[in-house]
Amino acid sequence: MERNYTQVGRSVPRVDGPAKVKGEAIYTDDMVLPRLAYGKIKRSPYAHALIKKIDCSKALAMPGVLAAITGDEAPIKWGIVPQAANEVALAVGKVRFWGEGVAAVAAIDEETAEAALDLIEVEYDPLPVLLDPFEAMAKAKDIRIHEDAPENILHAGDQLFGDPDKAFEDCTYILEKEFHTSYVNHAFLEPHTALASYEPQSGQLQLWSSTQVPHYLHRQLSNVLEMPMNKIRVTVPAVGGGFGGKGEASSADFCAALLSRKIGRPVRVTYERSEVFATNKGRHPCHMKLKIGLDKEGYIQAVDFDNTMDGGAYSGWGMVVMFYTASMIHLPYKVPNARARVRRVYTNKPTCGAMRGLGGVQPRYAMECMLDEMAEMMGISPYELKMKNAVESGYRSVSNLHVPHTEYKKCLQTAVEKSGYLEKHGKLPFGKGIGLAGGYYISGTAYTLYQSYKPHTTVLIRVDTEGGVTVHCAAADIGQGSNTVIAQMAAEALGVRFEDVHVVSGDTELGTFDLGSFASRVTYASGAAIKEAAKQINDKLFEVAAGMLSCRADQLEVKDGRFYSHYEPKKTIEWEKVVDVYTNAVGTLTGIGHFSPPRLKGIDLSRNVRVQGANIGHSPTFGFSCQIWEVDVDLETGKIRVDKVTEAGDCGQAVNPMSVDGQVDGSIMFAMGQALYEEMKLDGEGKMINPSLHDYKVPTAMELPQISTTIVDSYDPTAPFGVKESGEGPVQPTIPAITNAIYDAIGVRFTELPITPEKVLKALKEKKEQAKG
Amino acid sequence: MKQLIKLDINNQVYEVPVSPKDLLVDIIRKKVGLTGTKKGCGQGDCGACTVLIDGAPVLSCITLAIACQGKKISTIEGLADEQGNLHPVQQAFVDYGAVQCGFCTPGMILSAKALLDRIPRPGELEIKRAISGNICRCTGYKKIVEAIGAAAAKISTGGVE
Ligand code: FES
Ligand code: FES
Repeated sequence: MERNYTQVGRSVPRVDGPAKVKGEAIYTDDMVLPRLAYGKIKRSPYAHALIKKIDCSKALAMPGVLAAITGDEAPIKWGIVPQAANEVALAVGKVRFWGEGVAAVAAIDEETAEAALDLIEVEYDPLPVLLDPFEAMAKAKDIRIHEDAPENILHAGDQLFGDPDKAFEDCTYILEKEFHTSYVNHAFLEPHTALASYEPQSGQLQLWSSTQVPHYLHRQLSNVLEMPMNKIRVTVPAVGGGFGGKGEASSADFCAALLSRKIGRPVRVTYERSEVFATNKGRHPCHMKLKIGLDKEGYIQAVDFDNTMDGGAYSGWGMVVMFYTASMIHLPYKVPNARARVRRVYTNKPTCGAMRGLGGVQPRYAMECMLDEMAEMMGISPYELKMKNAVESGYRSVSNLHVPHTEYKKCLQTAVEKSGYLEKHGKLPFGKGIGLAGGYYISGTAYTLYQSYKPHTTVLIRVDTEGGVTVHCAAADIGQGSNTVIAQMAAEALGVRFEDVHVVSGDTELGTFDLGSFASRVTYASGAAIKEAAKQINDKLFEVAAGMLSCRADQLEVKDGRFYSHYEPKKTIEWEKVVDVYTNAVGTLTGIGHFSPPRLKGIDLSRNVRVQGANIGHSPTFGFSCQIWEVDVDLETGKIRVDKVTEAGDCGQAVNPMSVDGQVDGSIMFAMGQALYEEMKLDGEGKMINPSLHDYKVPTAMELPQISTTIVDSYDPTAPFGVKESGEGPVQPTIPAITNAIYDAIGVRFTELPITPEKVLKALKEKKEQAKG
Repeated sequence: MKQLIKLDINNQVYEVPVSPKDLLVDIIRKKVGLTGTKKGCGQGDCGACTVLIDGAPVLSCITLAIACQGKKISTIEGLADEQGNLHPVQQAFVDYGAVQCGFCTPGMILSAKALLDRIPRPGELEIKRAISGNICRCTGYKKIVEAIGAAAAKISTGGVE
């Protein structure tokens, strides 16, 4: 095991930290270009209506207004999942959710643009509104949201592995329950912003955008604007958080680009907070039925999962999220027989999409809560039941997910020991409780939306005497710190210090190709590509160093900025000197590396198994974790106070441990919001009632409990630098761990989110009444 | 109608034309060009636009610019010293990993600085209260609270300045 690292595994402050604390980091809305114009989008007050007429003439007549556009000018449909592309820059003929864009203006300043919106006249013909997925399916004959979806269903999937029905017959313990999750938004702090600059003479468009996926955006712009990709450049300035919500193109991107092209000057569109909510793409509310069967020793024999997902008005990431939910039941426990029946339904709501830990959070909630309950049925500790069923390294699920390495059991053990779970569980006074849950997430894969075999990630490393080491990549650092870990991995591979590595990222012209920052893929994918690129550089430098030191190249090693001979440690020379000699003779050194996850989809002929379930089947490895929550329920007010969270995670080799801790802390508070506070609410007409951070409650520092996290010792020998993921796995156990803790406190199992004080009080009252008989 | 007013920002006096309904955040960002002050909601809900007025944290997105004449406004750009050395709170945010996307960071740091100016050795609850109006969606607040505590310790033991 090569773990003798000096740059990987170092806790280092992020490279962009100083600029950010000084207020000098440039976000898209901070940029100004000569002749900058301001764009605004007019939004629909109806959740479902035909557009009969749009009249922009009064707006255009207003002094200071430069242009107006409507959907008819760019009717080409786009979608992050190309097979289901059904979104448009601005609505064409029909609006399908409250807040959908219908027209946009550009003006010399924001006030004028704002005022111009009021002068655009739109005539609507309201249609009946469908807000519940079951109603949407039932009424599909009469009310159709999309013409090509006669049942109001985007897509449905059935997956069967083994024979769950037969397996249930032999089970000693069977539990079947329903769970309902809520409608939540990412609530990243920086609203979407796009700044487009079209240059009429060259026909070149540059777009700066707060996006997680510069290359997808690039491609969508090319489609919708009908421009070749080489005439478009997408650049990502600093981004104020994404969590999946910036993992698609947005109408801000399209409107800025279309308006700029129309008037030949730069245009910026920055969303208001209400527009962030209106355009959503947050987590899918799921209506799930889950059935689990255990044999008499407690080994899981069968799982049957049914999921109806409320997708909102358009496709978004929906199909991918749907298949992820189906895949999620196969780990982190051994499940020999499984069935998933899933469907993603259209409703007249702001569209759902990908949100941190997508597809995992909802089924994990159901599964971990049910295993907690089943342990109780068996009279054993949930810890014992989970340890018994936990997967081990080398496990291959019936659905063909291969886990090359896992420390899941160590995560469970560590969290249990550190929290004193076994001493406390079931033994705390009424009102106080402790709950355990585990989870996992994919790492290094992505559902590739390019229907080709193109590598998911490319990294180019350039070495010369001028710039030192420059890593060209296109991972978007949206705050997660990828630029820092990329520098660390490149430094490790080249034997230099991470402080001396420059990272060029987030630019489709200066960087290389990369699918983007989502699905916890960047560290793994970039790491693999970096290794390949660095090897090419090292091979050349080793030859030169060997000549300079009079030894053989295969006896050399590079570390801490020096080449050494294994056998004669005195034979050593500075890295810069070798680079100098090489470049003087040959010129700049480059190395290029590519990465694609293994392709396992289709039929694995060697074992004759079918692989399905989005590209989750291609995940080269998985991260695991366990959380234990301790809560205090106020029996008078129903308020839940969290006292302590104990977490232990297997993220493989941590590249930057401080950054991993930050991801874990952030995940914990993020998911706690969904468990206890957050929910977007619509009225009967589909209008959002709470599109503000005042009424949509995210956790503040006042809710911060004591958090103790442990990075368990882990190293995946099959992974570049032994890495896995840490950005999305840690959100998985949170909701069920809180829910299990609340059960331990007051004896009520909540199956609907968020668990608000009202719900707690109601449940306590019902419990009291039941007790009275 | 616009009128010319004087605003004292980071000890520099700027003359800017403003209309009576212009908000301080927009004047600072667009007219003065100090974009470190962020706008996350424009409605007084997130704290990203926090600046200090006469030393106290104020939400600049719900403050009229004209009401700030004759007052001392400090933004994040004014916090480092003349030599460019970071204020201990800024340094602690870097060192303790209290920054991720950075969008909440300027407001968060200013709220923290105002607290430490008032209470040099705050307890954990005082720190949490002081930043309770500043939303951070990335860090989960833990490292922010730690960083502020560490900065307080450093300032009061005279480790810096
Ligand atoms: S921008 Fe002022 S509080 Fe959010
Ligand atoms: S660091 Fe992103 S919101 Fe605080």
